[in-house]
Amino acid sequence: MAKAKADKNIETKYELAPPKEWTPFIFGIFCNWCSFAGADQAGTSRMQRPANLRIMRVMCSGRVEAHWILEALKEGADAVLVCGCHIGDCHYVEGNFKTVRRMPLLFKMIEQFGVNPKRIRFEFISASEGAELTELIKEYSEEIRKIGPGPFNKYFKK
Amino acid sequence: MEDDLKIGVYLCHCGVNIAGVIDMDELEEFSKTLANVSVVKQYKFMCSDTGQSMIKDDIKAGLVNRVVVAACSPRMHEPTFRRAIEGAGMNKFLFSQANIREHSSWISMNDKQGASRIAKDHIRMEVAKVSKLEPLEPQKVKVTPSCLVIGGGITGINAALDLAEQNFHVYLVETTPTIGGHMAQLDKTFPTMDCSACILTPKMVDVNQHKNITLMVYSEVDSIEGYVGNFKVTVRQKARYVDTIKCTGCGECAIKCPVSVPNEFDLGLSVRKAAYLPFPQAVPGYYTIDMDHCILCGICADPSVCEPDAIRYDDKDKLVELDIGTIIVSTGYDPFDPTPLKEYGFDKYDNVITAMQMERLLSSYGPTLGKPVRPSDLEAPHSIAFIQCVGSRDFHPGRGHKYCSRVCCMYAIKQARQYKEKHPEAKIYIFYMDVRAFGKGYEEFYEIAAREYGITFIRGRLAEVYEDPIDKGIWLRGEDTLLQTPVEIKADLVVLSVGLEARKDADQVASLLSIQKTEDGFFMEAHPKLRPVDTLTDGIFIAGVAQGPKDIPDAVAQAKGAASSAAVLMAKGEVEIEPYYSIVDADHCTGCHSCISQCPFGAITFNKFKGVSEINPAKCKGCGTCVATCPVGAISQNHFKEEQLDIIIRSVLKEGGVY
Repeated sequence: MAKAKADKNIETKYELAPPKEWTPFIFGIFCNWCSFAGADQAGTSRMQRPANLRIMRVMCSGRVEAHWILEALKEGADAVLVCGCHIGDCHYVEGNFKTVRRMPLLFKMIEQFGVNPKRIRFEFISASEGAELTELIKEYSEEIRKIGPGPFNKYFKK
Repeated sequence: MEDDLKIGVYLCHCGVNIAGVIDMDELEEFSKTLANVSVVKQYKFMCSDTGQSMIKDDIKAGLVNRVVVAACSPRMHEPTFRRAIEGAGMNKFLFSQANIREHSSWISMNDKQGASRIAKDHIRMEVAKVSKLEPLEPQKVKVTPSCLVIGGGITGINAALDLAEQNFHVYLVETTPTIGGHMAQLDKTFPTMDCSACILTPKMVDVNQHKNITLMVYSEVDSIEGYVGNFKVTVRQKARYVDTIKCTGCGECAIKCPVSVPNEFDLGLSVRKAAYLPFPQAVPGYYTIDMDHCILCGICADPSVCEPDAIRYDDKDKLVELDIGTIIVSTGYDPFDPTPLKEYGFDKYDNVITAMQMERLLSSYGPTLGKPVRPSDLEAPHSIAFIQCVGSRDFHPGRGHKYCSRVCCMYAIKQARQYKEKHPEAKIYIFYMDVRAFGKGYEEFYEIAAREYGITFIRGRLAEVYEDPIDKGIWLRGEDTLLQTPVEIKADLVVLSVGLEARKDADQVASLLSIQKTEDGFFMEAHPKLRPVDTLTDGIFIAGVAQGPKDIPDAVAQAKGAASSAAVLMAKGEVEIEPYYSIVDADHCTGCHSCISQCPFGAITFNKFKGVSEINPAKCKGCGTCVATCPVGAISQNHFKEEQLDIIIRSVLKEGGVY
């Protein structure tokens, strides 16, 4: 099958160059039992991280729909981070398995749209991994900063 | 409908936790600009009585019909505010909580602008969500008045007895052939020097005889299904190869058994037979045949040996199904294995032992009948050195754990005192980092040990120990950090005060019960201070060392706490669960069966006559996986409907956020 013809330049169309110290905006979708609790633990332990993550809570990462992620990117997010329990720890037995299986399809799809698949990430964060989350946000922010603002970031792009 | 929305936004300062970072007046001005917001108020502590009354009064006055509280995590106070709202006569599901503490002010304490931006976005998200929320009725489910206690140590025993006394039926499951746990291995307990067996064994007997307790030793939990109040538990009763109804516990089989193996109960310091009773006071007092070592010689089955004819070589594992309302997890701990710490030479030198082995040597029913000897020549040692913090308080990877195990200081002092009482002339050294004598009566116990018993305390961690090849004594080399001089002394016996660590099977237990673990490997409580025995899974409680290192009084206190928490649920007889179940829209369902294969709970069935899937709300746990799976969008999840989440994404990204 011929690969869908995509506008590969979508990532680099800038109207306004982002400032050097620009911080990417990360939209997070976290499961209630592990990852949201892990984010709470990071806060309770006062682990400082860049103020660029907004978290939406769902009961299970298995509930995460692909079109939310696309919608978030479409509305201007620079990256979308989906977090769930570690394999075997899911509160609903196997919801995270489903997410693990769905995400690669999404990566493939957005690549065809001309969007860098690194803008979407799925990570396991348990309820005690506040430190890991903090590190992840720092590292991911840096990675996205190098890639540049999201394809539909309305501040810098057409 | 949209015109009727009157959203009240309540901003909590949480003392200085939020207000110290975020400008609350600015946040108030911002909140007023959001769509459908009619009331915005701020207060120092929204969760306090006054704060809750502010919300209630506004609801009663008809000023608001949707509530957003911007405060701590919803995992902390969502139930509190929901109760308040319900008390004012509003449906409690028309509420949403914006987390501006854990996810905002606490993670961006230096970047106040950033924290403020997060707070605004989180309020924006929740205001958007609450405008789409629908009233729901909580589901009520019955709670079966029976409790499963996993682990028959001192914690499990106390929890079981407390519940049984309240007339709830208790199933106590223990993996070894006897209850009693690690406490049964101890000789005496600090600081009162109570004989451990004297305070434990009567309770063990009580458990065995109580009419409300079903004791299931040599058993393991195989699977757990269901939810709070209605767990279906399968317990695997391992084959014992002895008919427990006929066995009289006479012990003839063990006397005649030709196979000897190291006794786990004495940590390898003595031997037991393949047909064995772990220790004389074991409850229940039936013998067990260890098939890993049995050679099937048939001697014990001979009628002249086993007169009651209780030996069953063809015994098989049995699966027992139980209906359970609540579960208490008291699986305890493993002592730390000091083998990886090479400088202490635990696997190299005979005269280096662990504290648990020392405990067995001191015990009156131990291998030496309470007269400690050193392993190399079976003579009573003239000098003993205790090394503290073995496997505890060590930040180097692979060398143990970062946490303090909380009991090692006290048990080392206790063992030192016990040995001094038997051999007053012996020299005792304790190498310590800090002596943590924190409990009731502990400091006094330590003081007396140092002052009256003449035990030498040396502050400093050891560099290495090595064996004197002639008399097998152990040289200890280190630094006395108080005198700031190197020390090198010789002791006849070295005791490693090993810490406590999470059991090796803690991972399996955690996934079996779907409960969480903390970084240190122990099970995680729902809140470290206010809900120390609850887990994040309703109806499952944790107690004792399974939750974190603690001594016997603390473990018993937790056992009683967990028993009381479990009793609260069972005494009420019913419990409210969140109605987040999913619903199939029959008009849109194409009958493709996709959702059925995705549901881990078997809650979805296919209605052949209508050609559509149907979800049983009682079985649905509300994960929403089927909703994301449905290719035609025919399934929706209560409280997490498509439009309720979609509006969050659009609100935060369209109007706010991006910078």
